[in-house]
Amino acid sequence: MGAGHTHPLYVHEHSVVHHLPAHVKVVAVFTFTALVATAPREHLLAFAGATVALLIGLRVARVRLRFLLPRLAVVTPFLVGAVLLPFVASGPRTEVLGIPLAVEGLWGGFGIAARAILGASASLLLVATTEVPDLLRGLERLRAPRLLTQIAAFMVRYLEVIVGEVSRQRRAMTARGYDPRWLWQLRPLTAGLGVLFVRSYERGERVHAAMRARGFEGSMPVLLAERPAGARVWTVALALPAMMVVARIAAVLVHG
Amino acid sequence: MHAPDGFLTAPTAIVTGVLSAGAMAASIRASRPELDDDRIPLAGVTAAFVFAAQMVNFPVAAGTTGHLMGGALAAVLLGPSLGLLVVAVVVIVQAIGFADGGLTALGYNVFNMAVVTALGGWAVFRGLRRFLPATATGVTLAAFVASVASVVLSAMAFSLQWLFGASAAVPFDTVFTAMVGVHTLIGIGEGLVTAGVVAAVLAVRPDLVRGADGIDRAAGPAKLPRARFVLAAVAASLVVAIGVAQFAVDDPDGLERVAEDTGFIASAEEHALGSSVFADYATAGVENETVSLAIAGAVGTLVTLAVGTGLLLLVRDRRRGGAAAHAPTA
Repeated sequence: MGAGHTHPLYVHEHSVVHHLPAHVKVVAVFTFTALVATAPREHLLAFAGATVALLIGLRVARVRLRFLLPRLAVVTPFLVGAVLLPFVASGPRTEVLGIPLAVEGLWGGFGIAARAILGASASLLLVATTEVPDLLRGLERLRAPRLLTQIAAFMVRYLEVIVGEVSRQRRAMTARGYDPRWLWQLRPLTAGLGVLFVRSYERGERVHAAMRARGFEGSMPVLLAERPAGARVWTVALALPAMMVVARIAAVLVHG
Repeated sequence: MHAPDGFLTAPTAIVTGVLSAGAMAASIRASRPELDDDRIPLAGVTAAFVFAAQMVNFPVAAGTTGHLMGGALAAVLLGPSLGLLVVAVVVIVQAIGFADGGLTALGYNVFNMAVVTALGGWAVFRGLRRFLPATATGVTLAAFVASVASVVLSAMAFSLQWLFGASAAVPFDTVFTAMVGVHTLIGIGEGLVTAGVVAAVLAVRPDLVRGADGIDRAAGPAKLPRARFVLAAVAASLVVAIGVAQFAVDDPDGLERVAEDTGFIASAEEHALGSSVFADYATAGVENETVSLAIAGAVGTLVTLAVGTGLLLLVRDRRRGGAAAHAPTA
């Protein structure tokens, strides 16, 4: 938290991908993910194609695998489930190294794992190359309701304040020799959360009063009018889902 | 509970996506009159609070932690419509801005974590407030039960979606038992957190609790209801009864826990019933058709009833309370 105001998932670079407008990237990544999530799990070629497309995307964006891989930990618990599936699913079985594994479970596990990893990687590619305020403006350009993007904008703005408050509270608690971690110690934890809420709320009220005093009337002023995204920009961004479309078609041709 | 991409089938994702979008659109319409002036920053603070609170993992059983979903809490604090939107924003930003939960899984993630918890929780909360005394203690207790119910309803909704859109051959009964079992425990944790926060806010700034309108403030600050401690004791003994040994691995959250655990339970059943039962097993999700469908039907009715009641309350309050919504705070 101490290191400036950049997002922990953002990679500061000046690649082509970083310079693409946020809303174009959101559309591209969403289309790509939808194509991955709907690919039949028997179409191995489609998943291979998705992997290649993502690797190319990461390379162009200058996001290193060393950065990406640890952050895929978000999906690990689901991967554990996927690994267990072959042992527990019902249906006909096959022998691998003398261990009976359910065919259905193997496919199911593969499907869940492949889609979860590829989907999360695509999201990470988006987040690593786009700062959150830009993302929110991008969503606004995609006609997301203003109410939602504004709540989100204020949320992101207050998040670090609240996280700071939490860590101060915790430090104060541990400094006094108290480290609640069990169910019967829940009470100080919840009382702390209650105090946290009231404090943040009152801070929000003060900030809001200050904003009103400076002429805030319900929406933030736009300083720089954004240029409309040209055809070239769209072509670059949509190359990612386009590669996936090719992979899907190839998979249909090969796997039938 | 943040499911990844492709965890459920595409039709499930689309149907839940349409339902979530509909509920959010209704909420936006419903909360417009009260947002005319300037409550957006305050909604933003609450969203940040829920976001931060979701990062605080609280212990459920030895080795298992749960995190707040916050739907019931947000609904009690801000009212159902704004509460729903706040949690929906949290889930959406986590998916788009933090790669937590799949982009194409947003339909069911928003539905289970925001729509069901906020509307279902609000329906239970309002129902309970009719019977409980209009005091801070009554509101706190209602908030506790409502948020336990909201988490269980959310788990039920997920199991139902699994019935229709399973991506792997784990039967509905197994998923249902495991999901609802684990989430009852998580729900008790969530309930205690919600009750604690509501009690603390009621004691300091009762005007910030939308769900506490019409309470008797002369009754003094919220005293800790004895019932909460009784329930906590029941919860603790439940944990012991279910068996601490089951929860031995890392510290995954509820759905993740189930994703791991269903495996063991399924294999246990398989040994008990013999593999022949599964020989012509075709549909992922339905094992014993009669029982499964009976449970699924009952659960479906329950979830629909709770969410429907919440939505109805939301719309009715809006029609009736156009003026009341403008009532000044403090």
